[in-house]
Amino acid sequence: MAYLEGKNLVASYGVVPILHECSVEVEKGELAVIVGPNGAGKSTVMRVLLGMLEATSGSVMLDGKDISMLSTQDRISHGLAFVPQTKNVFPSMTVEENLQMGGFIRQDDINQTIEEVYALFPILYDKRKQLAEQLSGGQRQQVAFGRAMMTKPSIMLLDEPTAGVSPIVMDEIFSNILDVRNAGMAVLMVEQNAQQALNIADKGYVLVSGRNEHTGTGKELINNPEVRKKFLGG
Amino acid sequence: MTSDSIDIINAFALLTNFVILPALSYGSQLALGALAVTLVYSVLRFSNFAQGDSMAFGTMIVILLTGFMIGRGWTISGIPTALLVIPIAIVFTSMYLLTMDRLIYRHYRKIKAKSITIVMSSIGVMFVTGGIVRFVLGATAQKFEDGERFIFSVREFKAYTGLEQGIAFKTSQFLTITIAFLLVAFVFYFLQKTKTGKAMRAYSDNKELALLSGIDPDKMVQITWLLVAALTTIAGALYGLDKGFAPQQYHLLLLPIFASVIVGGIGSPVGAIAGAFLVAFSEILLTYAYKKFLIYLLPLSMHPSSLVQLIGTEYKYAISFVILVIVLLIKPTGLFKGKVIVDE
Repeated sequence: MAYLEGKNLVASYGVVPILHECSVEVEKGELAVIVGPNGAGKSTVMRVLLGMLEATSGSVMLDGKDISMLSTQDRISHGLAFVPQTKNVFPSMTVEENLQMGGFIRQDDINQTIEEVYALFPILYDKRKQLAEQLSGGQRQQVAFGRAMMTKPSIMLLDEPTAGVSPIVMDEIFSNILDVRNAGMAVLMVEQNAQQALNIADKGYVLVSGRNEHTGTGKELINNPEVRKKFLGG
Repeated sequence: MTSDSIDIINAFALLTNFVILPALSYGSQLALGALAVTLVYSVLRFSNFAQGDSMAFGTMIVILLTGFMIGRGWTISGIPTALLVIPIAIVFTSMYLLTMDRLIYRHYRKIKAKSITIVMSSIGVMFVTGGIVRFVLGATAQKFEDGERFIFSVREFKAYTGLEQGIAFKTSQFLTITIAFLLVAFVFYFLQKTKTGKAMRAYSDNKELALLSGIDPDKMVQITWLLVAALTTIAGALYGLDKGFAPQQYHLLLLPIFASVIVGGIGSPVGAIAGAFLVAFSEILLTYAYKKFLIYLLPLSMHPSSLVQLIGTEYKYAISFVILVIVLLIKPTGLFKGKVIVDE
């Protein structure tokens, strides 16, 4: 049994069905990537795993426990963390305040964790008194990761972390993600840049119309001729 | 000194008495109201048209409690009784505002109504609140100031300094400026330094992310109304101590308060305070009759024969309105860059 499992998830927005028995799983210290065309339901999987959207059937298991009935906030306190695609920082607050807000639900001392985030992303320490809105795209993404790490999560969910950034920043963000994974967390991310994402992924899911079309290691999927032709542009 | 020489000290004393002190206290009263509007705007995402009438409501409670206390003889000599009852009045006003939120605004938050819809409902709350105040106290003006009226009076000032032109420092002015300063300092400390205050700013910045960080939206809304109730009651009571209470007057205060908020930059607390003083000084500087001031400063041959008043005091609300229009035309984001609500 994997650390986080979404099993046979079925979900819809109103009457529009999005997910049809879709399953994903990720282990600790593993990076799993969900790729697929627009409208495949990639972000919806995330929303269901987080409890931001209710699944009509299927279950979400964390470390062997069924968390399907928990609210988003309870799932967060159980170790899930989420970095949304857009609006993932508090723009008019400083870097440090962003991190403090990330640790809002914690009753214990959060300064240790803030130090750990600074150790992982040293540039944030230099910019700790600056407002998040004044940072560059890549730095802001680091703040977003840092904020999510403040609850000391065991699993990070990332929604298209490289959407709309330059190739250089994309490399920077991917290297941040690998840092987070190497720190022992489970990382599950949705990505548009399928080729690059699968390159660094331990595991990949190709989603089409809310169904699992292909599953395998990152390498397997990249070398799969059908996946190459349909999703990676040849 | 004779009146044909130039007399800067008396001119300055005159200006202090009739412009600077009144504008400082009026500005402080507006600042508290404007800060309340800013908080509601930032956290609850609407321009609260009921602000002026809520101030009347808070003041009504203060007046009722003051009457009760004086009736029982529960007063402290020298101190306005109104000051003693403000904390209790804040509790009542909080209850009223929280009830209004429960009955009206919460519904619109739940259905994720557009900001303009909530603004319209706040106009409804404005009329209801104004109605309650008129029902309870009547529409006529009344005074509720007791205790020592002056920190020092014109006569005392003249006797002490020997100047021809006196300065009176009213207790209500002193209280207004001091209390407003302390309250503003507290609100800023709360927002900048405390965990709850930061959470309020986070919630105002990005609701979804605040939720993902475990910040409870209902609690943020309640704390906002508590702060607003304190600001509103104190602003209303200080204004009433200074100028007397009249429901219509409070209702009209909405215009200078909104002007302050917009001049400063919507959603910016610092801006709201700067805007309040700008509006207050503009109103008083433009409606003051400068005749006596110029007589002190100019040689006899140049003494003005008219009042040298730019605008009649009956037009003072027009000044707020003109400021509002000018700012919206030239710099809609205000002096301190504010943020404008965009419906999602």
